[in-house]
Amino acid sequence: MKHIRNFCIIAHIDHGKSTLADRLLEFTQTVGARDMQAQLLDDMDLERERGITIKSHAIQMDYFHKGEKYTLNLIDTPGHVDFSYEVSRSIAACEGALLLVDASQGTEAQTISNLYLALNNDLVIIPVLNKIDLPGAMPEEIKDEMVDLLGCDRDDIIPASGKEGIGVPEILAAIVERIPPPTGDPNAPLQALIFDSHFNSYRGIEVIFRIKNGSIRKGEKVKFMNTGKEYNADEIGILGLEQEPRDRMECGDVGYLISGIKVAKEVKVGDTITSFDNPAAAAIQGFADVKPMVFAGIYPVETSEFEDLREAMEKLQLNDAALVWEPETSAALGFGFRCGFLGMLHMEIVQERLEREFDMTVITTVPSVRFEVMTTKGELRQVSAPADMPEPNLIDYIEEPFIRAQIITKADYVGGIMGLCMDKRSILKNQVYLTADRVELQFEMPLAEVVFDFFDKLKTISRGYASLDYEFMDNRESDMVKLDVMLNGDKVDALSAIVHRSKSYEWGKKLCEKLRELIPRQQFEIAIQAAIGQKIIARETLSALRKDVLAKCYGGDISRKRKLLEKQKKGKKRMRQVGNVEIPQEAFMAVLKIN
Amino acid sequence: MHLYLHIPFCKQACHYCDFHFSTNLSQKRPLVEAMVREIEQRHAYLPTNKLQTIYFGGGTPSLLTEAELDLLVNSIHQHFTLVDGFNGQPPEITLEANPDDLADPVRLAMLRRYANRLSIGIQTFDESTLRWMNRAHNANEAKLAVYRAREAGFDNLSIDLIYGVSDSIWSRDLEQALTLNVPHISAYNLTIEPDTAFGRWLAKGKLTAVDESLSARQFTQLSSTLVDAGYVHYEISNFAKPDQYAQHNSAYWQRRPYLGIGPSAHSYDGVSRQHNVANNSLYSKGINTGTTIAEREILTAADQVNEYLLTGLRTIWGCRLSELDAMLGESFLSKQAPTISKLQQTGWLICAENDLKLTESGKLFADRVASELFVE
Ligand SMILES: Nc1nc2c(ncn2[C@@H]2O[C@H](COP(=O)(O)OP(=O)(O)OP(=O)(O)O)[C@@H](O)[C@H]2O)c(=O)[nH]1
Ligand code: SF4
Ligand SMILES: [Mg+2]
Repeated sequence: MKHIRNFCIIAHIDHGKSTLADRLLEFTQTVGARDMQAQLLDDMDLERERGITIKSHAIQMDYFHKGEKYTLNLIDTPGHVDFSYEVSRSIAACEGALLLVDASQGTEAQTISNLYLALNNDLVIIPVLNKIDLPGAMPEEIKDEMVDLLGCDRDDIIPASGKEGIGVPEILAAIVERIPPPTGDPNAPLQALIFDSHFNSYRGIEVIFRIKNGSIRKGEKVKFMNTGKEYNADEIGILGLEQEPRDRMECGDVGYLISGIKVAKEVKVGDTITSFDNPAAAAIQGFADVKPMVFAGIYPVETSEFEDLREAMEKLQLNDAALVWEPETSAALGFGFRCGFLGMLHMEIVQERLEREFDMTVITTVPSVRFEVMTTKGELRQVSAPADMPEPNLIDYIEEPFIRAQIITKADYVGGIMGLCMDKRSILKNQVYLTADRVELQFEMPLAEVVFDFFDKLKTISRGYASLDYEFMDNRESDMVKLDVMLNGDKVDALSAIVHRSKSYEWGKKLCEKLRELIPRQQFEIAIQAAIGQKIIARETLSALRKDVLAKCYGGDISRKRKLLEKQKKGKKRMRQVGNVEIPQEAFMAVLKIN
Repeated sequence: MHLYLHIPFCKQACHYCDFHFSTNLSQKRPLVEAMVREIEQRHAYLPTNKLQTIYFGGGTPSLLTEAELDLLVNSIHQHFTLVDGFNGQPPEITLEANPDDLADPVRLAMLRRYANRLSIGIQTFDESTLRWMNRAHNANEAKLAVYRAREAGFDNLSIDLIYGVSDSIWSRDLEQALTLNVPHISAYNLTIEPDTAFGRWLAKGKLTAVDESLSARQFTQLSSTLVDAGYVHYEISNFAKPDQYAQHNSAYWQRRPYLGIGPSAHSYDGVSRQHNVANNSLYSKGINTGTTIAEREILTAADQVNEYLLTGLRTIWGCRLSELDAMLGESFLSKQAPTISKLQQTGWLICAENDLKLTESGKLFADRVASELFVE
């Protein structure tokens, strides 16, 4: 155990975690030149396409320090705020963290939030000033910021560049010297914390664990303490570039377990694995429940695929512990699931993963935050689907979630950002100059105004020089109304939205306009109306499609035309027939494109 | 086999046209010489050297001089043999011509020595519409072109018309066209392409989009008028007297191999498609230095099925299920059963004697029907 170090790499998004991980893997020869590629640990297609880390990824390295061999378990974590639950679980498996700060950008909102996550778990922090190769690097200023933030010694900060491989030996030495080895009793009964899991279509369900006490042998009978289920540890092993089976794993180790678990629901991250023959007295404390920020319905495009979708969601949930869901029904869309997400990117990723990994084509409905509604009968209801909102005459009052938001930006953009926030019904709480030209602003604002397009707007106003972090505060009474949409007179519950009364007319109008653009014309005219209660507040008419045929189709037109139609067809894949109108996926997201 | 030659020159740019052409006529001769070189380089592209049809398209091939036609035709004769068409008709050699080039009987007689079929770009007989479209001819030349062509010995004639402007103009155009009694008529809905004068006017709001209900109405009028007059509606935009179908164009729709020579010309060898660069100087430079000027795309089974649906459904022959099955390697009917029955219920598609065909109302939605039937 003296020779084990468990650490994670944490930082604000894009500050170079995965790239630095590449250099560590290279230096320790965990990965040969032949297998090396940029951001190697981002091994999901979606991660590579988007250039961001979505999943934490653990990998083991061997490292020789002063003639002794150490086992280093590295966990690369995502930086995007929507995946913070990945970070918090990784932290629970570590004693230390590399905190990276981009030398040209300085500390940003998630630098701070992830740092606090790590400190709350008593991790030793190794500050790394990364990307010092950048022409715009400001090493001295940023070091000042880091010293202020961490209260560390200036000399503790390791200057590095993941791109150029600068600072790699120093970082590895610091990991061994500064991070303590795992504690725990190797002779105590087994207690291993499950911090991730994964469904593999060939090998079944794999769980990723960290042994806190005791040890585990291959083939031994184990028990998951919270579910009470028992399994055989058919295969255990460490996480190299590939999984490497082992016969025995010790206190402090990080590894995987395959044990013929068939039912996805039996695996919960945060559960404790113990030995069946010599069980531990108590489970290790698991993880705090995720608090979803946004909710939306997910429905199969083919109504008959509801059960397949359920199975896919259960399997996906194994690998995405931040996803929560329960069944719901919609008059327009039939059977589906009401899902909770940490943000819009999370929602998008879930939809994509269902499609790619489980071959499910789904429709996601209008996202919403969760309101608390007091009915006239004195009943308190949680409403996260607009369709569940009681009729106005049955509502006493509605409360909406408020968040505490931190925005870090260049001083130049403070004015613009204030304007944006005021427009979003926010209250400025504090304003602190971090340096002469960097400011931290604190707002209290309605979550509903933030989750949708706020971040994009913030980035635009600040030319990219603003970062945002937020946490839930409380629910506050607000004058919210439900905006319904009717197509040819029929209410489509999946298109309803809950909006602030002061903005409802404008929204109704813009929503109808947007839907007119997004719903493809059909062979009959379609009336698109927005209503609050019985009152119609806006209307647009989508004219009938009379003709859909190109004039010419000769030798030179064929392949171009085929591709055009194929592309159109692809766009139509996510369409749901509601009544006799076909509604594309984008229409359900139209609400987000207003403003 | 079939040969297409793209002559990329026009006197002036019509406001609706997005074909590849240049108005710099001084480059015509060197470009024709490059095309001759391309024939030398690529004549073996096709599986045999037997040609059933030749098509001079453009652009405006009626701008070619006798010497230029001579160069091209000599080269063709050197590398190919002309044979009878697939249903025993003599080889079809079509030349696209604009009415303003057909005013002179000497010129017409010259053209007749190189081609036995003319496709005349009349578009409309309405003077103000011709000017609005920036056509190079006037209404009178439009009316006279067919008579003069006949006098020069062209019996096999086709005229092009454009509809979608106004109901009264279209009624008059149709009436006028019928009096000419030509064996073949192509009629196209006016389409506003982005990279044209009309496209730019539309973007600036100087032009309103073509009214779709008007187009639909005029298409129906077109079809019923010409069918009543004894024409067969054998492709969405093409009408012919019985047995006078355009053989060259039919080859495109029946997926027979063709070689395309000249800038922007497309070729098809049965398994892949390719097209030449749509730029005269890049084309000439490429041909003269022997560097590649074409982009090639190999068609997958799904691509082939989709192309067949796209082109086949537009024609009187429809799509043969056995051919679709062979391309797909499984039963098309069972794979697309729900879509087919939905389209049948809508009244757009019929499935008769092992062929899929559009109904009369389905013709207005040919693209929609084809794309719904597309496979992945
Ligand atoms: N110049 C320079 N660029 C770097 C360095 N490290 C990373 N980058 C670039 O910064 C971008 C983000 O790098 P990643 O390693 O994916 O960052 P990350 O922190 O893992 O990002 P997330 O996981 O999405 O939060 C990429 O374009 C990298 O090429 C560095 O040391 N110097
Ligand atoms: S329509 Fe014909 S003549 Fe007019 S520009 Fe196009 S190719 Fe040239
Ligand atoms: Mg990363």
